Amino acid sequence: MPADRTVTAAAPTVKAPPGPFVAFFRDFSENRAALVGLIILSLLVFVAIFANFLAPYSPYEQFRDFVRTPPAWAEGGNSAFLLGTDEIGRDMLSRLIFGARLSLFIGLSVVVASMAVGIVLGLVAAFAPGWPSIVIMRAMDVILSVPSLLLAIVIVAIIGPSLTNTIIAITVVYLPYYVRLVRASALQEKTRDYVTAARVGGAGTLRIMFKTVLPNCMAPIIVQAALTISNAILEAAALGFLGLGAQPPSPEWGAMLASAREFLQSAPWIVTEPGLAILITVLSINLVGDGLRDALDPKMRRS
Amino acid sequence: MLGFVVRRVLLVIPTFIAIAFLTFIAIRLVPGDPIEVRTGERGISPERLAQFRHELGLDQPVWKQFLDYLWQLAHGNFGTSISTHAPVLTEFLTLFPATLELAISAMLFATILGIPAGVIAATRRGTFIDYTLMGAALTGFSMPIFWWGLLLVLFFSVNLGWTPVSGRIDLLYYFEPVTGFMLIDSWLSGEEGAFRSAVMHLILPAIVLGTIPLATIARMTRSAMLEILGEDYVRTARAKGLSPFRVVGFHALRNALIPVVTVIGLQVGALMAGAVLTEYIFSWPGIGTWLIESINRRDYPVLQGGILLVSGIVILINILVDLLYGVLNPRIRHAR
Amino acid sequence: MKTFARLLTATMLVAGLASAAEAKTLVYCAEGSPENFNPQINTTGTSLDAARPAYNQLVQFEPGTTNVIPALAEKWDISEDGKEITFHLRKGVKFHSTKNFTPTRDFNADDVIFSFERQWKADNPFHKVSGGAYDYFNDMGMPDLLKSIDKVDDYTVKFTLSRPEAPFLANLAMDFATIMSKEFADAMLAAGTPEQVDQVPVGTGPFSFVAYQKDSVIRYKPFPDYWGGKPKIDGLVFAITKDPTARWSKLQKGECHIMPFPNPADLDAIGKDPNINLLQQPGLNIGYLAFNVEKKPFDDKRVRLAMAHAIDKNAIIKDVYLGAGQPAKNLIPPTIWGYNDAVVDYGYDPEKAKALLKEAGLEGGFETDLWWMPVQRPYNPNAKRIAEMIQADLAKLNIKANLVSYEWGEYRKRMQAGEHQMGQLGWTGDNGDPDNFFFLLSCEAARPGGQNLSKWCNKEFDDRLNKAKSLFDKAERTKLYEEMQVIQHDDYPMMPIAHSVVFEPVRKEVSGYKVSPLGRHEFTDVELK
Repeated sequence: MPADRTVTAAAPTVKAPPGPFVAFFRDFSENRAALVGLIILSLLVFVAIFANFLAPYSPYEQFRDFVRTPPAWAEGGNSAFLLGTDEIGRDMLSRLIFGARLSLFIGLSVVVASMAVGIVLGLVAAFAPGWPSIVIMRAMDVILSVPSLLLAIVIVAIIGPSLTNTIIAITVVYLPYYVRLVRASALQEKTRDYVTAARVGGAGTLRIMFKTVLPNCMAPIIVQAALTISNAILEAAALGFLGLGAQPPSPEWGAMLASAREFLQSAPWIVTEPGLAILITVLSINLVGDGLRDALDPKMRRS
Repeated sequence: MLGFVVRRVLLVIPTFIAIAFLTFIAIRLVPGDPIEVRTGERGISPERLAQFRHELGLDQPVWKQFLDYLWQLAHGNFGTSISTHAPVLTEFLTLFPATLELAISAMLFATILGIPAGVIAATRRGTFIDYTLMGAALTGFSMPIFWWGLLLVLFFSVNLGWTPVSGRIDLLYYFEPVTGFMLIDSWLSGEEGAFRSAVMHLILPAIVLGTIPLATIARMTRSAMLEILGEDYVRTARAKGLSPFRVVGFHALRNALIPVVTVIGLQVGALMAGAVLTEYIFSWPGIGTWLIESINRRDYPVLQGGILLVSGIVILINILVDLLYGVLNPRIRHAR
Repeated sequence: MKTFARLLTATMLVAGLASAAEAKTLVYCAEGSPENFNPQINTTGTSLDAARPAYNQLVQFEPGTTNVIPALAEKWDISEDGKEITFHLRKGVKFHSTKNFTPTRDFNADDVIFSFERQWKADNPFHKVSGGAYDYFNDMGMPDLLKSIDKVDDYTVKFTLSRPEAPFLANLAMDFATIMSKEFADAMLAAGTPEQVDQVPVGTGPFSFVAYQKDSVIRYKPFPDYWGGKPKIDGLVFAITKDPTARWSKLQKGECHIMPFPNPADLDAIGKDPNINLLQQPGLNIGYLAFNVEKKPFDDKRVRLAMAHAIDKNAIIKDVYLGAGQPAKNLIPPTIWGYNDAVVDYGYDPEKAKALLKEAGLEGGFETDLWWMPVQRPYNPNAKRIAEMIQADLAKLNIKANLVSYEWGEYRKRMQAGEHQMGQLGWTGDNGDPDNFFFLLSCEAARPGGQNLSKWCNKEFDDRLNKAKSLFDKAERTKLYEEMQVIQHDDYPMMPIAHSVVFEPVRKEVSGYKVSPLGRHEFTDVELK
């Protein structure tokens, strides 16, 4: 349940006193679209976690007599395979269910990794002016000036296509956004009175960085995190589509879609279903992300 | 203003060298070899492999290769493709118009539909129209465009037969490229139906590539408009009895456009990334297809030069956006 | 605008396409862009197809077959010992002209010598031009085989070989043996642009080159002075369309007339289209699964045979080849002479496989790798899907197969080094000779880095292979090859999976087009209604 945890666990750290938290929660739940998103997302998370129990078959089992069976409601469909079977007779529903696990895992891993590394680099850049800051920020400029997918492709080409490497590549691509965000907010917070107070109080730089400043920079980071999850899922699917992501026979949605591209006309469901799954997942995350942003952004809240 | 421009441009040079260095190193870390990959099932004898590596200078120490490369770059030479033996810059210049044409059409599509959609949603805030438009925008924003492209092809090209499946123009038409932009070339050619054919070929790819920018622009315009509409001067304008159209269309939109322009500018990088996928799906002979193939072929010079040129363009456009931002927003200009 | 109008008229004159719709222009939906236009350098079918309309060789394959017939050489004599071949060249053969080159003489012996020496002699001024890779020339063993090429007179050339070699004439019909214009090459060298020779094809072929736009189109017009008679179409266009589904929709709409490599999934629909003839021919190739006999557990013949029973070949043919393949039991395809049809394939029988594994002491299963190639080939349209199916088949016997793949160059290199336990690859014949396939299992090729991917060296097999190569008598060779197929079947160093069936959809208004067993696409004799 990654998303719920982000919402509920992150919220208290944002604004410690209970007042704003209640306000946040009220605002979030007033946003009907965000609620719908949250419900869909929770369902997806539930499905992903309990894939073993929910999927009717193994995602790898091949039913050689039922190759490219259309979905149950279509002509020639078979009720044993609700969403049809793929190009070598694997149950689409089961593969999609296990695919949800993969996609959410990728999204979450990328967020955690890029957030963690980004926060450290961003804080260092903010608190260590001079060459560390310059080196870090120039490096981020370089990453940003290469189109994201292209960069991810090159990285995957270097370290080899696999699920882990997909995560690494996309993490690198999203790193600059966190670094810039953290640095900018940290620079702003650094001049505030409470930081000066803490410093006067004898707190070390590390303590100020992580204990004093960081919690007050978290709001935009969380919004960025929601955005990253959805983009990371899209990007991973695109890599999978280009054959550079998760490797066979893993039921990654992008790869599923690409491997059956030749059947676009004769067995369109093998292509359309994984794409729809990607769309729904990303959409629900974005809905939640929008809700989070609106609830966390005081300006939007009052208007 | 001039000082600002000069400073920005100077700042680009180290970034550019860093990109050159990193791509250079990165590409040499990619497993595989530009010669090995070209041989078929037979493979190649070690002696001949060594000979070719020597001829391409691949047996030199990497630092020396890099210095040679920088030296070449300083002379405007981006090297020669290993697989086609054509200069990288020439290949880039032939293929870039195709990508540019696609990207411009996509951005036009996105802007022309996105800004009005955003304005309408903002002025009708909270209504059914607002929800519909923003729901559609968020859907577009969440779209896996490779899938979207396939769906559109399936529906419009395969099922309805309205649009061609791939390429830039029907092969019935033949004229020497003048500008490299198929729309202009086909129109100049005066051949009957050529222009129409070019447009029909462009529609689906432009829609696919323009979908995410469209959604982004619509969302951005809406929130920028909402913010502006709440500000004092707009309320004053309204109070003065100016027509709502004038208020929205002139006062509010002008200011709301500032962040929107930035967003459009920042989309350039994303647009190039999207172009890779779009070109891949529609067999569009542009930079994206070229770069993907160069990775598959381990064509070092093309990959290096291509990434460098593409990043250069992205950087350049970002600078232009900054400048434009300054022009649109006097406050920023003075601050500098 | 004025310049433009002039440009336009010029191009129309050049292209002869004043009204493209009325002129009988044949459009071929090609699968990719050529690397360049010199068949001596190129290795991919795509590039070779693109240059072929402009060129000829001394001898050629009769369209639609692998029979060698005269071309630029009208006839030839072979000496008693089989080491000297004298070609008598055709007279009055014209080369094409280009914007900046007009030939002053007809084709003669100098062109033949130039064409071979460029590839052969390092001191030829063109040897290093365009990277200097002459893969086919080297792969066909020419440097070892050729002793000398001498000009007897302007229209007679004598090839002296270091040993008699039966497939030599067939080799000369291959694309690498294309005859280029020495005069054009000299002119380009003098102009300081020698690489033009490889970018602009100037040959003696039925079509002369008009224009090429990368990733989009190649244009040819018929050559009125062609020695074989002017082709019957008014223009030849290669419309480069990489996506097979896109090629098919273009063909369907009449935007092109012939397309190669249809998507197997579309074959059903193509067969039903009333405007299309779906031509087919068995391909000259083999897709196989090699077992590395140097590694456990495949050093045990029983395990290899267990694989033969465990893998459901017919399911693979059905779901991966989708009808565009036939199950293989031997290394060579049935279209090649010497094929032993008496060999009976091992059938799919998991119980038998289990028994064999038990005998080998592996009833508990084992773990292995299973390599799949990252490229598509006619003999293997989707190695990934085959790997997934084999993996599922083996899982039933508790065998855990881990799928492995690398970028193509790396993949082939590592397999040749013998890093795999079990891996897919294949072979496409060059000239229709059985030796062109069987050398794949020779002891010589079993060395690390060699092309024998099973690393299998069987004395009985190898002796017969070498003997057959030195013989000229076809019946004797056939007998040896048949025996070799039995040996191979018994010891099972590799599992033959399939020979492809090549499909080529052609619009009904096209006549005279033949599917080449060598995978070529030739348009010399094609007509449009």
